[in-house]
Amino acid sequence: MESLLNPQAITEILTTSLRLSVPLVFAALAGVLSERSGVFNIALEGKILAGAFGAAVGAFFMNDPYSGLVVGMLFGMLAGSILAVLGVTFGVNQIVTGIAINIFVLGITAFLSRIVFGAQANTLRLPGFKAFDFPGLSSIPIIGPVLFGQDLMVYLMFACVGLVYFFLYLTPWGLAVRAVGENPAAADSAGLSVPKLRYGCVIAAGALAALGGCYLVLAQVFLFSEHMSAGKGFIALAAVILGRWNPVGAMCACLLFGFFDALQLRLQFNYQEVPHQFFLMLPYLISILALVGLVGKPRPPSAVGRHYRREAK
Amino acid sequence: MERVYRVLFHLRSVWAIIAALAVGSILILAAGSNPIEAYYTLFQGAFFDYWGFASTLVKMCPLLLAGLAVVLPLRAGLFNIGAEGQIYIGALFATVVALYLPGVPGPLHIIMCTLAGALGGALWALIPALLKAYQGINEIIVTLLLNFVALHFVSFMVSGPMMEPGAPYPYSPEIPDTLFLPHVLPRTDAHFGVLVGVVIAIAMYAVFKRGVFGFTLATVGRNPDAARYAGMSVRRHIIVSFLIAGACAGLAGTFEVLGHRYRLFHAFSQGYGYDGIVVAFLAGLSPLFAIFSALFIGGLRSGANMMQRAMGIETTVVEAIQGLVILFVAVSLAFRYKVTEIGKAIARRGELEQALEDKTSDGKE
Repeated sequence: MESLLNPQAITEILTTSLRLSVPLVFAALAGVLSERSGVFNIALEGKILAGAFGAAVGAFFMNDPYSGLVVGMLFGMLAGSILAVLGVTFGVNQIVTGIAINIFVLGITAFLSRIVFGAQANTLRLPGFKAFDFPGLSSIPIIGPVLFGQDLMVYLMFACVGLVYFFLYLTPWGLAVRAVGENPAAADSAGLSVPKLRYGCVIAAGALAALGGCYLVLAQVFLFSEHMSAGKGFIALAAVILGRWNPVGAMCACLLFGFFDALQLRLQFNYQEVPHQFFLMLPYLISILALVGLVGKPRPPSAVGRHYRREAK
Repeated sequence: MERVYRVLFHLRSVWAIIAALAVGSILILAAGSNPIEAYYTLFQGAFFDYWGFASTLVKMCPLLLAGLAVVLPLRAGLFNIGAEGQIYIGALFATVVALYLPGVPGPLHIIMCTLAGALGGALWALIPALLKAYQGINEIIVTLLLNFVALHFVSFMVSGPMMEPGAPYPYSPEIPDTLFLPHVLPRTDAHFGVLVGVVIAIAMYAVFKRGVFGFTLATVGRNPDAARYAGMSVRRHIIVSFLIAGACAGLAGTFEVLGHRYRLFHAFSQGYGYDGIVVAFLAGLSPLFAIFSALFIGGLRSGANMMQRAMGIETTVVEAIQGLVILFVAVSLAFRYKVTEIGKAIARRGELEQALEDKTSDGKE
């Protein structure tokens, strides 16, 4: 155990924790935003995957990571629009739509990636974001390298957490979104447009979740592989519940999941006699245990998952 | 005119398939092939060729059982996204009984393996059911996360304790040949499991149509208060529907081992559990129609292999078409000529959760 407690090991584990939680945080923010507006977002998984594919396509053709970011977000917003059109306008059940989007994105990206990248799909090395050090700050022991020696997208993630928090709790629009998620009929009679607000949130959530996929491609593995989201969207959904639909809470939950993921990688390395599959199961088990062990009953936004129709008042 | 609309509406799954194939043809064009020729090869190979049809049936078996595992809980408004994991654990249980219980006479041993597989799937499904019934925890998230746990656990078993000595790849030893399921088409791979699946589907249809459980299940979902008043337990129905669903998925895994592969392989299921969701929605949640939708999706899968061999088109195009199918089924739900079975089932979900919230729910259970 002492091999895990020296400063260098701690720094490494914390750095890895943060990096592994980045895609989760982006997806969880997307979940918070759309569920606060009353739209259940089981499609996070598909949006991460769409974002990852878009990032790979953008970076592949334009040969620079920023284009990847833009294309990835566009793809995520496209997936979000499907949810918005079917779930908000046409009142198709949001869970059914979400599941359909997940399966659709899984199939279409598997096919298109073969077409776009062809035989080189698994050997590709796409341009990505590199970590850089903030001069001075990054030399602080432990905290320095963890917080100030990361790549651009990690800082973008923290910025997004702040932005979503600011938006939801400190702006009139945020109040409107929360009202629509709690009591759409009341919000409607107060003159707010329920569909417009939900469209905005769901499409913005598409872009946010896609950023999680972009991070996987542009800062972690530098290629696209089929089903690379591997359940992260669902772990993020667990984090949304654990964080009580609050962006900061959800981020903390993701950091916790990321920490366990990093710990399992480290333990895998240190205890090679334990079969690695047990470590692979750990993040999923921890997410389930977190849901089970939740103190008190979480209360989701009241209108989440329910279609709002004006004449149905 | 009214009648025309009604007929068109009831054929919505067919429209979804046609739309998906139409968009799919654009994908095939993008891949540089002729869509008409490709579809001809695919469907000719899948349904009008003796060997091809046999391989369609092989794929149909797990698809149908996984589809039923989605249909049943959804009748009460519950989503089972965990068929994939239940398939793995079912296959694991069946293989353990097959390999480590020698000396049992063949036919009895097959039945024991089958029951063990069903039990494994049911136990795996019991976890989300209990969490849903007693803690109100979202079953969608739990079933999905458990899929990954099951996948890695089976992978551990076949690369560790159950691994064939000296195998190049993680798999278990072969099961005794007395356990191989009989074939339904001579000289092919098409095994008996597909018939079991069809029988279970018909039985489930009969129960939904006439049986007491089908009625109470729908009532529990539709009006939990009335159900409780009439002495039906909401929690028990959640648990029972998940147990049966898990057993179906467990059988899917079992028959993959006993009928098709004769060993337990690492990562053998290739997403049958998720394809089951497509089967269930394409069938409009009818166990009877699930037979046809499983046949269709199975045909897509086996035809894709022929298409790849004959024309060099990637089999993943079928995954894309399958994704399009479920997307268009979702789109078709936007047309509300009449409340669909899917719509009714979903409506039950909200009331079910309300009933669980209720402190007095289920009285002194």
